[in-house]
Amino acid sequence: MKKLLFILLFIPTIVFSQEPKNKSAKADFEVKGLCDMCKTRIEKSTYTVKGLKYSNWDIPTNRLTVIYNNQKTSLDDIKKVIADAGHDNDKFTATDEAYNNLHFCCKYRDDKD
Amino acid sequence: MIKRIAFLALFFLLNYSYSQTISGKVLFKDNGVDFPIEGANIFWLNTNQGTITKAAGEFNIQKIRDVKSLVISYIGFKTDTIDIDDKKFITHYLTFSDDNELDEVTVSKKRNTIQRTYLMPQNVVKISEEELLKAACCNLSESFETNPSVDVNHNDAITGTKQIEMLGLKSPYILITEENIPMVRGASQTYGLGFTPGTWIESIQVTKGMGSVTNGYESIVGQINTEIKKPYSDMPFFFNLFNSIDGRVEANAHLKSTISDKIQTTSFIHYNNREKANDKNGDKFLDKPIQDQLNLLSKWQYTDAANGIVSFLNIRYLDDNKKVGSIDFNEKSDLSRLWGGEIFTNRFDSSFKLGYVNPKIPYQSLGFQLAYNFHDQESYYGLNDYNISQKSLFINLIYNSIISNTKNKIKAGLNFSSDSYDEFVFKSNIERTDRSFGGFFEYSFDNLNDFNLVFGLRYDNHNNLGSFFTPRLHFRYLLNDNFSIKGSAGTGRKIANIFAENQVIFLSNRKNLNKTFTEKLYGVNPEKATNLGFSLDHKVFLLGGQGNIIFDYYNTTFDNRVIIDFETPGEFNFYNSKLGKSKSNSFQAEFLFSKNNWNITAAYKKYDVKSYYNSGLKEKPLQPRNILFFNYGIESNKINDKNWKFDITYNRLGKQRLVRNPRDNFELVDPHFSINSQITRVFSSKFEVYLGGENINNFKQEDPIIMANNPFDPMFDASIVHGPIFGSTYYMGLRFKILN
Repeated sequence: MKKLLFILLFIPTIVFSQEPKNKSAKADFEVKGLCDMCKTRIEKSTYTVKGLKYSNWDIPTNRLTVIYNNQKTSLDDIKKVIADAGHDNDKFTATDEAYNNLHFCCKYRDDKD
Repeated sequence: MIKRIAFLALFFLLNYSYSQTISGKVLFKDNGVDFPIEGANIFWLNTNQGTITKAAGEFNIQKIRDVKSLVISYIGFKTDTIDIDDKKFITHYLTFSDDNELDEVTVSKKRNTIQRTYLMPQNVVKISEEELLKAACCNLSESFETNPSVDVNHNDAITGTKQIEMLGLKSPYILITEENIPMVRGASQTYGLGFTPGTWIESIQVTKGMGSVTNGYESIVGQINTEIKKPYSDMPFFFNLFNSIDGRVEANAHLKSTISDKIQTTSFIHYNNREKANDKNGDKFLDKPIQDQLNLLSKWQYTDAANGIVSFLNIRYLDDNKKVGSIDFNEKSDLSRLWGGEIFTNRFDSSFKLGYVNPKIPYQSLGFQLAYNFHDQESYYGLNDYNISQKSLFINLIYNSIISNTKNKIKAGLNFSSDSYDEFVFKSNIERTDRSFGGFFEYSFDNLNDFNLVFGLRYDNHNNLGSFFTPRLHFRYLLNDNFSIKGSAGTGRKIANIFAENQVIFLSNRKNLNKTFTEKLYGVNPEKATNLGFSLDHKVFLLGGQGNIIFDYYNTTFDNRVIIDFETPGEFNFYNSKLGKSKSNSFQAEFLFSKNNWNITAAYKKYDVKSYYNSGLKEKPLQPRNILFFNYGIESNKINDKNWKFDITYNRLGKQRLVRNPRDNFELVDPHFSINSQITRVFSSKFEVYLGGENINNFKQEDPIIMANNPFDPMFDASIVHGPIFGSTYYMGLRFKILN
């Protein structure tokens, strides 16, 4: 019983110690894309994530900068919605279905059909 | 029926030109990875019709008849010529050039010199420096003659001053700011637009309708903000000389010094004078004043990009002298036999700005503005002495951030301003201090797709206006990629500076009927107005170019409008309109079109401006009922940095109502027009010469001064002017630059 209490007491500490609490955590990672339309699509998809505050995708470098509240969301959640919108990133690859839905000028993958 | 057919035909034409566009993408491959090429030149073989690729290597180009070969080039790559048959989309890979000799092809992209903001909810037109160069002249009041967003009218027949108007209301109802600090207001209202030399200006933003609450509660029909050239990006040296056949000489010099990586400063020096006495109409009065002006500005910029800090310091001094009236008039002692006047203005301006953007959190920023200025005008117009001095302090603090994410932006801030006026008018001293403290909040929403909105609210506590709220709303909705609708609504307030704003009163022997003018706020209630408006903007693609068709409509309704009443000859009066609300309606249809190196702007404006005078509801005098505007500009291709630029403007003012007077036995003035034109020869990126003409068709209002031959008659009046009094004038000038 004493042991259980001890464990229960430690659970919150374990959870929080994974990532320090940060309301404005900043991250920068690669997202594949090509054009202005991609930029709009990528940024718009990230805004569906609760806790995301700022999102800016740079066309020449293909890098996305985000600022988010890490108590409300995680980087993986953000990367997931981007992949769902059709854009490969360092964590998730878009499904062929999502990719094929992209406008023809946004097809960033190498394989030519 | 015919209308309908014409409409359909137009639509087919539009669709036809749509389908005649081909688009594509230019890339190169490196180690199997595709990289888009931005800025590659695309043009039809053996033509000068072309475009350049955008950020993702994408381009759109209009097909032209009988040319099937497209040339694609980029520095460092082989130039390719490809055949386009019926293709709509092409993807082309360029390969690296083998030889080291680069075939330089320069096609500079031409940006429109008047840009409408398609994405912002406010109806803002940005006038670039290039647009200002279309009319070589000379200061802010003359900067609007080549575009239809602002009307320029003649103020009177004596001082040569130009009055600007928006939506049928004069400049006191426009918030005129310089780098977002109120500039032409109060004492400087009549002559202040002539105190910003044209060469200093980097750009002008004209906002039609309500402005933002962050800039105060004063704007009623619009806002004009002028940005001065910034030391950081300015060229090391600029010199300009100008000479006009009316005797006006102007010289401008800008000198930039770099103190360190972070600190730059530019000194702006302006001098102008006119010593020549012009009397083209033979009325023995000067058509334009004898004048000189010295204007000095020292501008300092501190930039620390790594820490997100930018700061400006401006110090400015102005000395302006004008002599007006009879051509034989010399000094005040001549007043016993001749009518004349002198206006001496001294002004000192200083401002400090500090901006901070959090480098870690780019959506958080803080802005601070502090400005102090002193304005002193001493003048006499015939037997009317008029002096005014104004000391102003302006402090503004703005914080920018977001709510939950950057789709929802907020601005919040505090604002303090104080103005002390000291006037001497009709042999009485009038003193007044306005002090206000306010807070504001502005919320912007953008769904990143087709809708955005800005809502602002401010609360001010003012020693003479009391405490009040000022709400303002703007929205924009995109019906499709090419069609946007914008709307705005809001209120504004203002204390009428009766004499400073209406110095034409002194250019006549009109008797002042207002006996309470020395009382608080000249014995009238402050003005309050509501402005509502909307605009429709449709992009069109035709004949291989791009254009916009824009309609807008604005309504301004006043509570307590202050009426300046000139309706009875020999008398003037001012009062709050008691019989009803004064209204101003304005409608504008505009067509903009540009293709390659030429562009046109055509506009039709219709005004319905009515006020309740003591004698009943009347149209605003000297307000053209409609205005027709046309501008055409063309530029030749640059060969070794040399080219020609030409532009021509046609402006037709419709019928205007005249107040009853002993000169004119009719109520409406016939329409008239004027044509201005300018040609510029660019000899190199450093040197250019321009030559131009104003009012080339030489239209002149006859007898602009009533009783010019007897200026001491009670009916003498130089305020009833409805057209140019000078006729045509020609000028030439040069510009010399040293580039970085």
